[in-house]
Amino acid sequence: MWYFANPLIVFGDDALEHLSRIQGKRALIVTDRNVAKLGFAERVGNELAKAGLEYHVFDEVEPDPSVQTIKHGGQVALDYQPDWLIGLGGGSSIDAAKAIWVLYARPDQEPDAINPSEFLNLRQKAHMIAIPTTSGTGAEVTPIIVVTDVEGQRKTGVMSQEVVPDIAILDTSLVLGLPPQITADTGMDALTHAIEGYTSNWRSDFTDGPALIAIKRIFEYLPCAYNNGSDAEARMHMMHAATLASISFGNAMAGLAHSLGHALGGLFHTPHGRAVGLFLPYTMEYLAEAAANLYAEIAHFIGISNGSDLEATQALIDRVRNLAKTLNQPLSVREAGIEQTTYEQALPALVERAENEATTITVARIPESADLEQMFRYAYEGKTVDF
Amino acid sequence: MATFASAEWVQAFHESINASKSYEEAAKNWEGDFYFIVEPEGSQTERICMYLDLWHGKSRKAFIVKSESEMKPEFVISASPKVWRKVIEKKLDPIQGMVTRQLKLKGNMAKIMRAVKAAQELVNCTTTVATEFPE
Repeated sequence: MWYFANPLIVFGDDALEHLSRIQGKRALIVTDRNVAKLGFAERVGNELAKAGLEYHVFDEVEPDPSVQTIKHGGQVALDYQPDWLIGLGGGSSIDAAKAIWVLYARPDQEPDAINPSEFLNLRQKAHMIAIPTTSGTGAEVTPIIVVTDVEGQRKTGVMSQEVVPDIAILDTSLVLGLPPQITADTGMDALTHAIEGYTSNWRSDFTDGPALIAIKRIFEYLPCAYNNGSDAEARMHMMHAATLASISFGNAMAGLAHSLGHALGGLFHTPHGRAVGLFLPYTMEYLAEAAANLYAEIAHFIGISNGSDLEATQALIDRVRNLAKTLNQPLSVREAGIEQTTYEQALPALVERAENEATTITVARIPESADLEQMFRYAYEGKTVDF
Repeated sequence: MATFASAEWVQAFHESINASKSYEEAAKNWEGDFYFIVEPEGSQTERICMYLDLWHGKSRKAFIVKSESEMKPEFVISASPKVWRKVIEKKLDPIQGMVTRQLKLKGNMAKIMRAVKAAQELVNCTTTVATEFPE
C-alpha cells in the first residue's frame, strides 16, 4: 500500500484571482520580509478582500525557520483564528505555514514530533493554500515539513499526508523578478527532485509521468529563465516543472543527491538547490549501473540518446553537468568555495548525516559509509565516480 | 525456532542486536527505548508488548511487559502481526510503514528520521532470528 496525494492546482494567467473566489472569514498569510517588501502579500490580500475575507500578514519567517518562529506563528494563528492559512514564498515560508497550521489545530504538538501515524485533524480549524514565489522546492504539493535543528546543524523532513495543502496557486507573475542565482539554485533543485523521483525505489505509475515532463521542461526552459528573467513563457514552464517534480518526489522519495546535499547544507550552509544539484551527477554516476534502465528511459524521453542503457545514462549525466555549467553553478565542492581542510575535518559528520537520511535507503544501490565518504571526496575534487 | 513476539523470541532478538557489529556502528549515537506492540489480529488474540532499551549500539534490556504502565519508553510502535511480518521479511520498509500508518508511531519522528540506518540495521537483526509466525 502506498499513497499519491496532490492539492488542487490553480495555474495560468492571473491564477492569483482564484483567491477572490474562496469562501471564508479570515486568512493568515505566512511569509518572509523580502516577499512582503515585493508587495506580494498585499496582492494576495487584495484578492482575498474581493472575496470578503479579512487577512493578517505574519512575515517573520527566516530561511530555514526556527522552532521559535514556528511557535510564534502558531500563537499568532491561535489569536487570529483564521479559516485559511496561506503560505506565500519559497520553501521556508510554505513549510513554516504548514507547521503553523499544525500548531494552530494542535497547540500541544511539537513541530519535530509531527508524525504520519497521528491524525492531526487540521481541517477542523482551517484549510491551507500554498503560493510559491520560487521554482523551486515544490513545498506547495508535498506532505513534508522540513524542520531545522539549529544546534545539531541539520534539517529533517517530517511527514504527514494531512499537511499537503488544499490548494496550490502557480502565478507566473510572482517569479518574473527572481534573480539569476536563485533561478539557478531552485531550478537545479527541481531537476534533482524529478530525476530522483523517477529513480526512487518508492516510485509508482503516478509519480513517473510528472517527473518526465518536469525533466524535459527544465532542460528546455531553465537556461532561458536564467538568462532572461522576464521570459514569461520560460518562467511559466519552470514553475510548472518545479511543481511536477515535487508531485513526483513528494509521493516517491528523493535520493542520494539529497542525502549528500542535506549533509553539506547543514554543516556549511550551502543553499539547498545548489548543494543537491552539485551532487546530482556524482550520485548518478554511483547509481549508473543499478539504475541504468531508468536513467535511459529519461534520456530517451528527452531525446538525447539512442544508445545502450549505459550510454544513455552517461548522456544524461553529461547533460546535467552541462546545464549546471550553463547556469554558472559550482561543479565541485571545491568550486563551491569550501576550504579543503575544513571539509576533510567535517567528513565523518557529513557521512554520518548522509547515511541517516531516509533518502539514502530509497535508491537502487544503497551506499555503505565508505562509499559515501568516497563520494564526498570525489565531489570535492570534481572526479568522476568510478566505484 | 521461536514464535514471534514470545519471550524466547525477544531474548533471541536482544542477543542478535548485541552480536551485530553493523547495528552497533549504525546506532552508536542512539539513545532511546521502545515498546514494539503486536496488536490482536486473527489467531493473535492478545496484545503483546515488547520492551527494548537501545543505547549506543547495544540492547541493554529486552523483555515482554505484563502491563503497559510498567515502562515509559520514548517510542511506541504498534502494528498487526501481519504488518510486523512484512517488516521482518523486508517486504515493508519501516519508514514506509510509518508514513502509511501501517506502523503506528508515538514519539518524535524527526529523531527516528535522523537514525534511518540504525532502523534498517535493527530490522536486519530480526532476520537472523529463526521466527515462526502464527497463522
